[in-house]
Amino acid sequence: MRRAYFKFSWVAMALLAPQLLIIFVFFYWPSAQAVYWAFTLEQPWGGGNTWVGFENFRNVLSDPYYWASVRVSVIYALGTTALAMVMAMTLAVFVDRQLAGYKAYRVALIWPYAIAAPAVGLAFRFVFNPNAGILSYVNTVAPGLWDPTQSAAQAVLTVVIAGAWKQVAYSFIFFLAALQSIPRSLTEAAAMDGARPLRRIWDLQLPLLTPTIFFLLVINITDSFTDSFGIVDTLTGGGPFRATDLMVYKIYADGFRGFDYSGAAAQSIILMLLVMALTFVQFRYVERRVHYT
Amino acid sequence: MIERTPLLNILSHVILLSGLLVILFPIWLAFVAATHTLQAVNSAPIELLPGDQFWINVKAAWQESDFGPKFVNTLIVSVGVVVGKITLACITAFSLVFFNYRGRMLIFWLIFITLMLPLEVRIVPTYAVAANALQPFQVLLDVTGLTSLITWLSGIEIALEWNLLNSYTGLILPLVATATGTFLYRQFFLTIPDELVEAARMDGAGPLRFLWDVLIPLSKTNIAALATIMFVYAWNQYLWPLLVITDRANYGMVVVQLSDLVPDALTTGGGTPNWHYAMAGTLIVMLPPIAIVIFMQRWFVRGLINTDK
Amino acid sequence: MAEINIRKVGKTYGKTTIMDGVSLDIHNGEFVVILGPSGCGKSTLLRMIAGLEEITSGDIAIGGKVVNALEPRERGCAMVFQNYALYPHMSVAENIGYALKVSGMPKAERLAKIEVTAKSVGLTEFLDRKPGQLSGGQRQRVAMARAIIREPKVFLFDEPLSNLDAKLRVQMRHEIRRIHNTVGATSVFVTHDQHEGMTLADRLVIMNKGTIEQIGTPEEIYDRPASIYVAGFIGSPAMNFLPGRIGPDQNRVVLDDGQSLDLSGAARAGAGQLVQIGLRPEKLTFAPAERAMLKARFDFAEELGSGRVYHLKLEDIPLSLTSPEKRPMIEGEVVGLTFAPDAVHIFDGTSGLRLATTRQTAQVSAMA
Repeated sequence: MRRAYFKFSWVAMALLAPQLLIIFVFFYWPSAQAVYWAFTLEQPWGGGNTWVGFENFRNVLSDPYYWASVRVSVIYALGTTALAMVMAMTLAVFVDRQLAGYKAYRVALIWPYAIAAPAVGLAFRFVFNPNAGILSYVNTVAPGLWDPTQSAAQAVLTVVIAGAWKQVAYSFIFFLAALQSIPRSLTEAAAMDGARPLRRIWDLQLPLLTPTIFFLLVINITDSFTDSFGIVDTLTGGGPFRATDLMVYKIYADGFRGFDYSGAAAQSIILMLLVMALTFVQFRYVERRVHYT
Repeated sequence: MIERTPLLNILSHVILLSGLLVILFPIWLAFVAATHTLQAVNSAPIELLPGDQFWINVKAAWQESDFGPKFVNTLIVSVGVVVGKITLACITAFSLVFFNYRGRMLIFWLIFITLMLPLEVRIVPTYAVAANALQPFQVLLDVTGLTSLITWLSGIEIALEWNLLNSYTGLILPLVATATGTFLYRQFFLTIPDELVEAARMDGAGPLRFLWDVLIPLSKTNIAALATIMFVYAWNQYLWPLLVITDRANYGMVVVQLSDLVPDALTTGGGTPNWHYAMAGTLIVMLPPIAIVIFMQRWFVRGLINTDK
Repeated sequence: MAEINIRKVGKTYGKTTIMDGVSLDIHNGEFVVILGPSGCGKSTLLRMIAGLEEITSGDIAIGGKVVNALEPRERGCAMVFQNYALYPHMSVAENIGYALKVSGMPKAERLAKIEVTAKSVGLTEFLDRKPGQLSGGQRQRVAMARAIIREPKVFLFDEPLSNLDAKLRVQMRHEIRRIHNTVGATSVFVTHDQHEGMTLADRLVIMNKGTIEQIGTPEEIYDRPASIYVAGFIGSPAMNFLPGRIGPDQNRVVLDDGQSLDLSGAARAGAGQLVQIGLRPEKLTFAPAERAMLKARFDFAEELGSGRVYHLKLEDIPLSLTSPEKRPMIEGEVVGLTFAPDAVHIFDGTSGLRLATTRQTAQVSAMA
């Protein structure tokens, strides 16, 4: 631990103040506000809020639309995470073999990270559009067979694919970095021990990737619960018939379109607890750094 | 290493190329759509090769969305967020590492917990705060009875108000707090040997001087790494500007503009979308952060990996 | 069991040549140490034998079979890496037995062999541990066991002792030699530590800048270094070099400071040729003025406990002398030095190569 410090003075406080003020105003106050709203109900004639206990939560939890939203959020989280991670890991393992052109592969797989979620949503909205996209031909043969603007299942599928597509680059970067930090001499020792490349992937690289896999699993799930707004908004707008109304999107819609602050706040609190639990798991149980000695 | 694995090498390339295809194909289709007329885009089967309408479509999309001033706005906000985040991360971490006072751990945890409160989750009340950023203080004064006390004493009624809607400040300020950046800087500062601090003190340098003359030059790589990821983060903000800016003519950001490119069945009742313009617009909006990631690849990857998220 | 034949092996990366026409024959069951400073190509040569590094030209044969294109696993070599390269996620037993597992040996047989091998290097009680829970010396043993268990034709060691402390290093040195003697496989050991090289090797290979300077037994290399480079590299403190010129009668060497040394016809070189005279510090002794072959000024002395290293100066040329004798001396004092005639090494002043003396030529012809 550090033993040399500067003498404590107003400087220390002055340096802390800006960040603390900002997190107070924009993080803690709104969160407290959300808690307040979640347990109160605004009077219709504007006479302040009255305490209603857990009633808002009861309303939310007894709302079938809310449970539909939870269901599709879980499908989205697990679907995007699984798809993105399997793809990212496979690609990272083969890019790591450093065959001819691996640098080109690497760049090509990294840059999609930079694309804004709504841009991804819009591009996929075109790609899966029933009249203009890749599957439009299907509809000339069998009209209406492919239409994510009408079919709930197809809409969920497109949202999951777009979400996974967006996540691949992030996981790929981490997998590749983890693979490249495996000491060369380990690979060489395994080669001398007679293990061929595929065997080395199985016996050496995958086991050494385990911490990265866990880390990315938690991060990706957390992200897909909170970070899905941009994709949903431009791709489906929550539709058709609320089929892709992910939790974050529903909070936004209930709060800003339905002006149901208390309901939105109760949903926010539930999502907050979920994110907290996931973050806790991440920092408590996931040891991302591996020491190879 | 000598290894004869022709079959495996072919298999590797096949896997990599198909991965590449999956990743590039959607963007390729978007690009192709941006190079054709609407009629060609809407014909089935889909066009797979680019046409000759690219510049026409780009120009049309640019004018339709009035991208010019919006690019300027987005650039101002992105640079503001990057500079703000790096500055805050640096000075907060400096205070936490190089001074010894009670409550340091508490402050560290206060910052840490913000990781668990992403904007999307607290969006409604945060929006309410943006409408009056001084509201928390007003409420505190009201609740503690200070407002009425001051009114009673001086006759002045306190009504604090600072509306951040439709302003650069409103776009930037709520985004500049950074737990990850603070952690990254804290990690870096913890590796600075005690002797360096002691030497600076022997030389008569105060804390701010030490920060400016020693630590900031040493943390250049940190700054570059953080700046690239933060720029991409800021450029791609969507939900917050969508809410805070209603005056899009003056304060609009390019990414938000995407929501207007295709008629939304919910708000405008649908209609045939101008896919060729929409995809051209999408490509225009994507380009700057992609360029950053490709040209600053080394810093970007380092920043991403070190900030732990 | 196998001999290794390296014929004119070269390696280039783009335009830079890092190894140039290296030839070396290692006999069956021999312990050869490749010695040189870092960057001399010694590790590259070892990795070429292992198949971890491709060769650009030449041939490498193991057991009479050219292996240039063979993969590491097909060459029958086992290697101990500098940082041990233990698999961090496997237990000690799994580490030791991994090669056998890959080769498809049944589990029961494998476990029995692991047991025996672990016992031979004193690891029995650590078999369930992970490498992270072991000390440096124990990890070293695991790396050894992993090599031994395969009963390879060839053992390759890439500076395996450099991460250990001095005491452990000596202990492991004996251990390695003991294992070599019992197993009897051919061993190639790379190091930059001359003590390690001298004590372990049947034959030493001295490398410099991607080429071999000299091959020979430790004794040969110490007694008859083939070049100034080898002479300066082997021996501690390093050999003294005095520049000079062969005198007109070819029996004397005139040093740069004007002193002349009587070599009584030892030098087989033309009159006037530039030479470097090499004298090992431990072969020099103090002598009274009348018997002195050389005179030098005393500079300072280093205490070793068992003796001293005296630092002298011949004009500006430093000269050192080791002696168990502890003489009181004052700085600047002129002292006389003497040495046996056969302690003199003469090197060509320009090429740095050894010039055979008549006496040594006579010895060589007598041996032949």
